Amino acid sequence: MLKHTFSDNPKGKVAFYLPFTIVVMVGGFLLLLNNQMSQLPSAVFAIVWGTSSVVLLFYTLNLIAQLFPTKAYNKIIPYVFVGPAMLILLWYLILPTFRSLYLSFFNRNSTAFVGLDNYKFIFTDPNMRTAFRNTLFWLLFGTGLSVFFGLTSALLAERTKIEKLGKTLIFIPMAVSMVGAGVIWKFMYAYKPAGANQTGLLNALMVAFGADPSNWLGTEPTNTIFLIIIFVWIQTGFALVVLAAALKGVPNDILEAGRIDGASEMRILFSIILPSITGSIVTVSTTIMIAALKSFDIVYSMTNGLYGTEVLASQQYKQMFKFLNYGRGSAIAIIILIAVSPVIAYNLKEFGKREVF
Amino acid sequence: MKLTAKTAKHNKLILVLLIFLCIVWSIPTVGMLVTSFRDKDAVSSSGWWQAYKTPSAFTLANYDEVLGGQHFTVGTASGSTESRRGVSMASAFISSITVTVPAVIIPILVAAAAAYAFAWMSFWGRKLFFATVIALLVVPLQIALIPILRDYQSIGLNGTYLGIWFAHSGFGLSLAIYILFNYISTIPRSILESAFIDGANHFTVFSRLILPLSIPALASFAIFQFIWVWNDLLVALVFLSGSGQKMDVVTVRLMNMAGTRGTEWHLLTAGAFISMILPLIVFLSLQKYFVRGLLAGSVKG
Repeated sequence: MLKHTFSDNPKGKVAFYLPFTIVVMVGGFLLLLNNQMSQLPSAVFAIVWGTSSVVLLFYTLNLIAQLFPTKAYNKIIPYVFVGPAMLILLWYLILPTFRSLYLSFFNRNSTAFVGLDNYKFIFTDPNMRTAFRNTLFWLLFGTGLSVFFGLTSALLAERTKIEKLGKTLIFIPMAVSMVGAGVIWKFMYAYKPAGANQTGLLNALMVAFGADPSNWLGTEPTNTIFLIIIFVWIQTGFALVVLAAALKGVPNDILEAGRIDGASEMRILFSIILPSITGSIVTVSTTIMIAALKSFDIVYSMTNGLYGTEVLASQQYKQMFKFLNYGRGSAIAIIILIAVSPVIAYNLKEFGKREVF
Repeated sequence: MKLTAKTAKHNKLILVLLIFLCIVWSIPTVGMLVTSFRDKDAVSSSGWWQAYKTPSAFTLANYDEVLGGQHFTVGTASGSTESRRGVSMASAFISSITVTVPAVIIPILVAAAAAYAFAWMSFWGRKLFFATVIALLVVPLQIALIPILRDYQSIGLNGTYLGIWFAHSGFGLSLAIYILFNYISTIPRSILESAFIDGANHFTVFSRLILPLSIPALASFAIFQFIWVWNDLLVALVFLSGSGQKMDVVTVRLMNMAGTRGTEWHLLTAGAFISMILPLIVFLSLQKYFVRGLLAGSVKG
């Protein structure tokens, strides 16, 4: 009996755990902030600290809630569980959205109100016009080609015996960073003047077929297409996986019925298969579009926006961190947000239909 | 179905097409891999597809140089020379691990708790809060960079690991909640009810029942977030660059290499391979979970 008294007494536990939790969280934070440890020990420390802080936080808040009568406990406890997550989201995404909107009406170092000047700049500057044009290319070709190749390879793989191997080979680039992919493809595109021995595969092929080697990344506006190819190389695997899963859901008996009726494979594809996976195609397309809209890494590491390859995301980074113009940088971020807002609206509409809510 | 001559021919064509696509998709990686094992002169004088002609040019020196830092000789005050090594990919690799592991672990528990509340508790604001999470799934993180950077500068978090852990946690949280909610809301009600009848409180149910039961979903998100954080360039550039080269992650170091040694392909390709080896291993061995994560929440903000 005696050993239960402590655990049955939430007040005593709170008296111990509340200060303990605060000491662990604040102490660990301050220790890491004034970090003198080398990399690996601090990582290990952070893992232990991060995990135990979160566990202690929920445990202690739950204890405090238990001090109240059951009815009040049940009212308080949901906020204990969603609270930390909502506070983090508030700090990292919700408030910044409004703060960026606010900053976008101010000058470069946010000291003077400039009205819509930053937006005027965005829509009149020649560099920004290039960025808009290229971003449109990225949205159209980046998304279109990724979905096309993803769907094609999903349809093909499903009908062969090497389905798994084939999918994996096309899927692998998903694990490669855009910077890594940039290096890999820069090498594919490597250019040496005519007459020299070409070490880039693409130009070697050009020469083998009797054409002149070309400076793929230096020629506007086709260089943007060559950057988009890198993006397609990465994103096709994503489209493949999601669409292959959707294809598995197409009922077999309908396909069989179509074949027995003598419909050609093409007819079956367009009249049965594609209509029944439209939902997945829309999801995949919007996701890849958002990735294309925000993709900054490829342009930044391949051409740094030179030779007319600028996109909105790379312009935004440049305005912020190269020209230190916080007003313009924020305004471009707002434009990107406006561009994704239809997707936000669509997601919310879909979510409204769900039964759990 | 009987295999007629026509469908057999058809199937062969499909197989050939698929193999063609697979080869096209693999060639860039193979080219990089081959080049990373050839010496400098061979790389600049002949294409990697001709590497079989010069078998003596295969070497591990590129990896030594990239991992250990480039060799160069400097004069000392006493007049003699000594050899030193430049910044290495190995330290960037450790830095990437330091950034990635906590940035994967911290958001998981916070998100799981929130997902549990959204799935199994009723409270005022539940629908509004969850709609906010859904909306935030696709909000571009660019919008947060300047405001967060200002906060970091004022509290001294800029250029620290702590700052980038929180940033990645914050940016990954909405996806984590979404993936975990989809999973936790499908746990049978009867399991939870019997626990509450036995007098368990919410914390006990969460830690003893919900977390162990959601391990597959936790793994999905973990792998997703691992690959995302490891491959990230933007967040690392913004929040870690204040601290000089010593905290550079692999993507940043690789990008700098490409900028300063743009034509030294023997080093760049070795660097690229080092940068992708860990995500590749994680990815190939845990592909199943990664795919599940993709299918659960195919939108990443």
